[in-house]
Amino acid sequence: MKLTFKDLRKKIYIFATEKTIGFTLISIFLGLVVGAIFLAAAGFNPFQAYGIILRGIFSKPSYISYTIVRATPLILTGLSVAFAFKTGLFNIGAEGQFIIGSVVATATGYFLHLPLLIHIPVVIISAVFAAGIWGGIAGYFKAKFGVHEVISTIMLNWIALYFQNFLIYTEGFQKPGGETSYSIQPTANMMILKTWKQSEAGREWLLQHPFWKDLLRTPLNWGFLIAVLMAILVWFILNKTALGYRLRAVGFNKFAAEYGGINVNKNMIISMFIAGGLAGLAGALQVVGVSHKVTLIAAMEGYGFDGIAVALIANSSAMGCILAGLLFGALKYGGAKIQPFMQAPSEVISIVIGSIVFFISIPKLIKVILSRKNKKGGSK
Amino acid sequence: MGYENVTQSLTKVIEMKKITKKFGDFVANDSVNLDVFKGKVHALLGENGAGKSTLMNILYGLYSPTSGEILINGKKVDITNPNIAIEHGIGMVHQHFMLIKPFTVAQNIILGQEPTSKMSVLNMKKALKDVKEISERYGLYVDPNAKIEDISVGMQQRVEILKALYRGAEILILDEPTAVLTPQEIVELIQIIKNLTKEGKSIILISHKLKEITAAADFCLIIRRGKHIDTVVVSETNEEGLASKMVGREVSFSVAKDDKESGDEIFSIKDLIVKDNRDIIAVDKLNLSVKKGEILGLAGIDGNGQTELLEAITGLRKVESGEIKINGENITNNTPFQVISKKISHIPEDRQKRGLVMDFDISENTILENYYKYPFAKRGVLQYDNIRIYAKELIDKFDVRPKEESKMARTLSGGNQQKVIIAREVTNNPDLLIAAQPTRGLDVGAIEFVHKALIEQRDNDKAVFLISFELDEIMNVSDRIAVIYEGKIVGIVDAKDAEVEKLGLMMAGGGNE
Ligand SMILES: Nc1ncnc2c1ncn2[C@@H]1O[C@H](COP(=O)(O)OP(=O)(O)OP(=O)(O)O)[C@@H](O)[C@H]1O
Ligand SMILES: [Mg+2]
Repeated sequence: MKLTFKDLRKKIYIFATEKTIGFTLISIFLGLVVGAIFLAAAGFNPFQAYGIILRGIFSKPSYISYTIVRATPLILTGLSVAFAFKTGLFNIGAEGQFIIGSVVATATGYFLHLPLLIHIPVVIISAVFAAGIWGGIAGYFKAKFGVHEVISTIMLNWIALYFQNFLIYTEGFQKPGGETSYSIQPTANMMILKTWKQSEAGREWLLQHPFWKDLLRTPLNWGFLIAVLMAILVWFILNKTALGYRLRAVGFNKFAAEYGGINVNKNMIISMFIAGGLAGLAGALQVVGVSHKVTLIAAMEGYGFDGIAVALIANSSAMGCILAGLLFGALKYGGAKIQPFMQAPSEVISIVIGSIVFFISIPKLIKVILSRKNKKGGSK
Repeated sequence: MGYENVTQSLTKVIEMKKITKKFGDFVANDSVNLDVFKGKVHALLGENGAGKSTLMNILYGLYSPTSGEILINGKKVDITNPNIAIEHGIGMVHQHFMLIKPFTVAQNIILGQEPTSKMSVLNMKKALKDVKEISERYGLYVDPNAKIEDISVGMQQRVEILKALYRGAEILILDEPTAVLTPQEIVELIQIIKNLTKEGKSIILISHKLKEITAAADFCLIIRRGKHIDTVVVSETNEEGLASKMVGREVSFSVAKDDKESGDEIFSIKDLIVKDNRDIIAVDKLNLSVKKGEILGLAGIDGNGQTELLEAITGLRKVESGEIKINGENITNNTPFQVISKKISHIPEDRQKRGLVMDFDISENTILENYYKYPFAKRGVLQYDNIRIYAKELIDKFDVRPKEESKMARTLSGGNQQKVIIAREVTNNPDLLIAAQPTRGLDVGAIEFVHKALIEQRDNDKAVFLISFELDEIMNVSDRIAVIYEGKIVGIVDAKDAEVEKLGLMMAGGGNE
């Protein structure tokens, strides 16, 4: 078989434009190129910078573990946005749902006194439920009054933010002297081997096993596993269940769904409830696994908004959200290191992520660039 | 005389040579040739899924051909996107319109080529003047200030044609323009086509209606399953000749139907009042009933309340007052879900809006009303194996092409989309089957099939309610014919005694009862 250069170019073209994964990979690559251009323009060696980032992600067990910890909430907020999107709704409210999830998790984690094996599930389920309601409100407004979910979720985001700040200044919840809440009870803490790590025996063992010591130095917790399970669950619900069929039908064509006897309004509310629950789970896991409390926030922290980018990069596929979340977490964690090591602005990472999303959102542009190339190749 | 001789003295404006288009392994066009001549109408004829729209999408730059070349006015061109097609004077009116609903007629026409005054300010005055000028020149009358969402489908089509002419089209592609038109509008469209060719424009016309092809076209290209079969001079052939070339066998135009005694009344409507979107009464104290084992045809001109009546029955629109009953049960203002569960099926008027989820594949579309029931779901989990088997059965029985249940509804040809809906609704085996324009966009072979399916339903003692703008269809298939005018039934006649003239008169409001 003879493979000419022209054929090859055509193959690449098809790969990049018709296969979504190929297209995503090219967008990521182009995003990195744009970041490199910015770095070079600012007088930094982009290869050195990307080298630092790569080493900053992979060179130590603890780095990898930090990356995973960073990625966990992003995977879940990404899933939240992707889920809503697959059912025809644009959930800008993952941010607020995340906040509600973390507040409720902190409250139930601190106020309730329950045995270890019960406490964490109770904390998580109540947080998910509360955040689900928070999301469901937006669905209800849309169903009942025709308020677009983008508008209502943005407003709910702010309400959630001020609600958290209000609670933090509430006596009994506020830790005296600080702008934070009390920490959750140890029974609600989900860090891996937390008590063992601090015990006499544990410390001794770790001293002799540097790999594990480094790995467990971090707030590594079960959250990542839960996020992966959720991705599988979301995929299963959407693609394999009658509920998913209903939700997708409403998302793709609500007129046809209505005609087929599906209750469009009810399913919009259900969809927003699930989306809210997923973002709330992100918030809850962040509390039980990493922060153990909530603090005063001046502005949105961006977990929900990053979730939008993750969902876009993942092309709203549930499994894609795992990978996109990891990519995102890695870039954020590793990217922060170019600041101390080479004084390069770590904002470059935001540019990279922004560019990736940009390229993904405009497949046309990539198609045009590639088809020009194809044309020239063809006419020779 | 033959095609070669007739066309010798004509000017070729378009030559499509050996066009092949593959979607994956599927060959939609297989080395098809098409010549278009100045001032002439060239028809494209072929069964559903034969590849007509695909060929035209290639000419318009929406698809790129896998191989083959296109010459315009003798020069080879590479049409990679519609803008290039437009530059070369090609305009297209699609099978499914592409207008912006909340915009006015004039805004839609000038979109993308807005006339501007200094500082690029939109010059709406000039726009209106231009639009008026073109519309008068070709007899394409429209109200430039009306919003698209408020005008009829026939008017929307005129807007599409005007839009193409406004962009300087010399060659106009009309993809099944008459499928959505009423008989009166079709007559008007054919006149418009004549006006256009008189001015030197060339037309490519896709249609399944042989009558129109013989009335309007000079030449006709026949495609079968993507393959080029023949190009004929229309005046040298007739409808039967065209049909058998297209299908590859003899087709019968009228349906065989035995007499049948109809049974008890199963469905009835009493004093029904329904309002339209603008809150005006569209169905006005309407009374109607359908018996077991009969096909009741509803004849009428578009816009006389048919749409609102159907939506009211099926639970998609609120009933103001009156009563709808099936099997003695009151279903007035029931939800669509409840209506379906009372064994009423509905082939909707608008297949793309209501009938299909375009981003579902065929198999998912075949279970739209039953997805949660056994054997398609067990304890809430979809049973894809069973769903696929079911979809395959339907595809086979209703001859959906291609025979791939995992094909997205979006990628099916218009006629095959319609077949999927019909397959689903008929197979639900309802007590009452409501069929609104069931053969719209179908080829003659498929129409024959659908009519047979409706009659079979009746022969099994079920009730069928057929709504169509085509009088031929109503008269051929129905047992009784009701005529609707301004939201009221103005007369009911036995199909055997029906006369075209009389029905036409009743449809226009000159009722006799
Ligand atoms: N984007 C696509 N991807 C895959 N297959 C396609 C695509 N577009 C069209 N096809 C297939 O190509 C064939 C020809 O389709 P086309 O729309 O050209 O038919 P048609 O002759 O216009 O039929 P109809 O009279 O029903 O409109 C069909 O089998 C269709 O399923
Ligand atoms: Mg077509």
